[in-house]
Amino acid sequence: MSAAKGRFAAWKSTSLIVTIFVMIFLYMPIVILVAQSFNESRFGGKWAGFSLKWYEALFNDRGVIEATLNTLYIALTATAVSTVLGTLAAWVLNLYKTRLQKFNYGITYAPLVMPDILMGISLLLFFVSLKVELGLFTVICAHITFCVSFVTFVVLARLQDFDFNLIHAARDLGANWRVIIIKILLPVLGPGIAAGAMMAFTLSMDDFVVTFFVGGPGSTTLPVKVYSMMKHGTPAIINALSVVFMALTFSVALIAQIITRKRV
Amino acid sequence: MNPADTTAKPSSLTHAPSPIGRGKFCEVSLTLPSLLWLLFFFAVPAAMVFAIAFKTADSSGGIGSSWTLETIVEVFNFNYARIMWRTVWVSFAVTAICLLLAVPVGYWISRQDKKYKNWLLLLVVIPLWTNFLIRIFAWRLLLHPDGIIRTALVSIGIIPEDVFLLNNMTAVIIVSVYTHLSFAILPIYAASERFDFSLLEAARDLGAGRFRAFCLIYLPGIKRGIITAFLIVFIPALGSYAIPDLVGGIDCELLGNKIAFRAMANRNLPEAAAISVVLACMIAIPFIAFVFGGGRKRADGGARAETEAISRQ
Repeated sequence: MSAAKGRFAAWKSTSLIVTIFVMIFLYMPIVILVAQSFNESRFGGKWAGFSLKWYEALFNDRGVIEATLNTLYIALTATAVSTVLGTLAAWVLNLYKTRLQKFNYGITYAPLVMPDILMGISLLLFFVSLKVELGLFTVICAHITFCVSFVTFVVLARLQDFDFNLIHAARDLGANWRVIIIKILLPVLGPGIAAGAMMAFTLSMDDFVVTFFVGGPGSTTLPVKVYSMMKHGTPAIINALSVVFMALTFSVALIAQIITRKRV
Repeated sequence: MNPADTTAKPSSLTHAPSPIGRGKFCEVSLTLPSLLWLLFFFAVPAAMVFAIAFKTADSSGGIGSSWTLETIVEVFNFNYARIMWRTVWVSFAVTAICLLLAVPVGYWISRQDKKYKNWLLLLVVIPLWTNFLIRIFAWRLLLHPDGIIRTALVSIGIIPEDVFLLNNMTAVIIVSVYTHLSFAILPIYAASERFDFSLLEAARDLGAGRFRAFCLIYLPGIKRGIITAFLIVFIPALGSYAIPDLVGGIDCELLGNKIAFRAMANRNLPEAAAISVVLACMIAIPFIAFVFGGGRKRADGGARAETEAISRQ
C-alpha cells in the first residue's frame, strides 16, 4: 500500500487539484447569488451594504406569491398521481415477465431519454390539436407524464430487492390482504415509494421547459416567473426570489434525505 | 382521466388476488393505468410530432388540413444546416469538458476513505438542488458587465475594457458545463467505485508507464460509467433551449431555440414539428450507436433514473 502511494502520487495530486477546482466552480455562483440578495447595490461589482430591501419587495409582489402557490399545487397533484401510477407500473414490471410488460417497460423508459424540449413541443402540439386550452390542467398532465417514469424506476429498484417469500409466508400463516399490505408491503416498500414521490416533487418544482411550452395564462410557476423576470428587465428581486426558492427545494431535499436514510 | 386513475387504484390493489398468482386479468388491470396514461400523453403526442411535420400551417397559427413535404425540405436548407452543425459541436464541446473534469473528480472521490465518500458525493449533488433556471441566473449575475468576475478581470488587466463575458458562445458552454457536470461525475464515480485498482498495480509492475496504465487499464475499466456520463450530458445538451436563450447572443441559437421560436413567438407549428423531427433523429444516432455498438442494454435511461435518484436522495 505504501508503495502504491508513491506510485500514484501524480494522479492523486492532479485529481485533487481538479476536484478542488470543480468544487469552487460548483459553489461560487450559488454563494455569490446568496450574498448578492442581501446587497444594497444591484450587480455586486462591489458591496454597498447589507439590506433586506429585495426580500421586502419580493414578499409584496403578488405575481410571485401566485407563482409559488401554482408551483406547489402543480407539484403536489403531479406527485400524488404519478406516485400511484408509477408504483403500480413498478409492481407489474417486477412481477410479470410477459410481452405486455416488455412493451410497458419500453414506453415507461422512453421518456427518460427524451430531452425536455421534445416532450414540451409534442405535448403542446397534442393539446393544440385537441383544442384543449393551455393552463394549469395541461401543465399538471405534462408533469405527471414525465414524473411517472422516474417514480417507476426508483420503486422498481427497491422492489427488485424485495423477497416475495415474505408474502407467501404471511398468507400461509393466514394473513389477509389488508394485513399484508399494511404490515408487510407498506413498511418494506414505503421508503422506496417515498423516495419516488420526493423525486417526482422535486422534478416537478424544477421543471421549466415543459411548463413553458404547455403553460398558459394562470399557470405561471416559479421557474417560469424567474424566466420572464430575466427576459423583461431583470428586476433585482430575482436574487431574493432565488434564495427563497432555493431554501424551499433544500428543505424538500433534506426531508428526502432523512426519509431515505431510515430505509430498512 | 386524472381523477378516474387516482380513484381506480386503491380498489384495484385491494381487490387484486394474489400478486404471486399469474392471472392475466389481474396483470392487465394493474398495468393499464400507467400504460394508458403514457400511451395517451407520451406515445400519441410523439407520433403527432412526426405527422404534423408534414402538415401545412394555417394563417391563425394552427395546423392546416392538407399535407405537404415543403416544411421538412425547408428545414434542411442552408440556414438550418448551420444551426444543426452548431448544436452538434456545442454539445460535443460541453460533453468533452464535462468528461475531462468528471473523470479526475470521480477517481479522486472513489479513492477516499469510506467515511468521507458520502459527504463528498453530497457536495457534488447539492448544487443540483438549486433550480435549473436559478443556476443560469446566478451565472448571469457572475458574468454581468458590472458583475464580480468581469470587474475583477478588468481591474487586474487580464481582459481589456471592451470585452464582455455574457451573451456569447463561451458563456453558453460554461453554463451548460455547470448545469450538467454533477450528472457526469455520478456515473463515473459509480464505475470507478467498482473498478479493481489492483489491476493498475499489476500494470505498473509489468512495466506500464503511469499514463499508459491510466489510458489502457483505468479508462476501459470505467467505460460503462463514461458512456453513461456521455449520454446523460450529450442528449440534453442537443436539446438545450433555456441556456442559449438566456446567456447566449444572437448567433448562439441552437435547434431548441428554433423550435421554441417557431412554436411561440413566430407561430408555425408544422415547422416547429419538422425541426423537432430533425432533433429527434440527431438524438437517436448516439443512442443507437451505444446501445447496439456497446452491446449494453442499460447504458442509458435506466442509468439516468438511477443518477437522478442518487442525486435527489
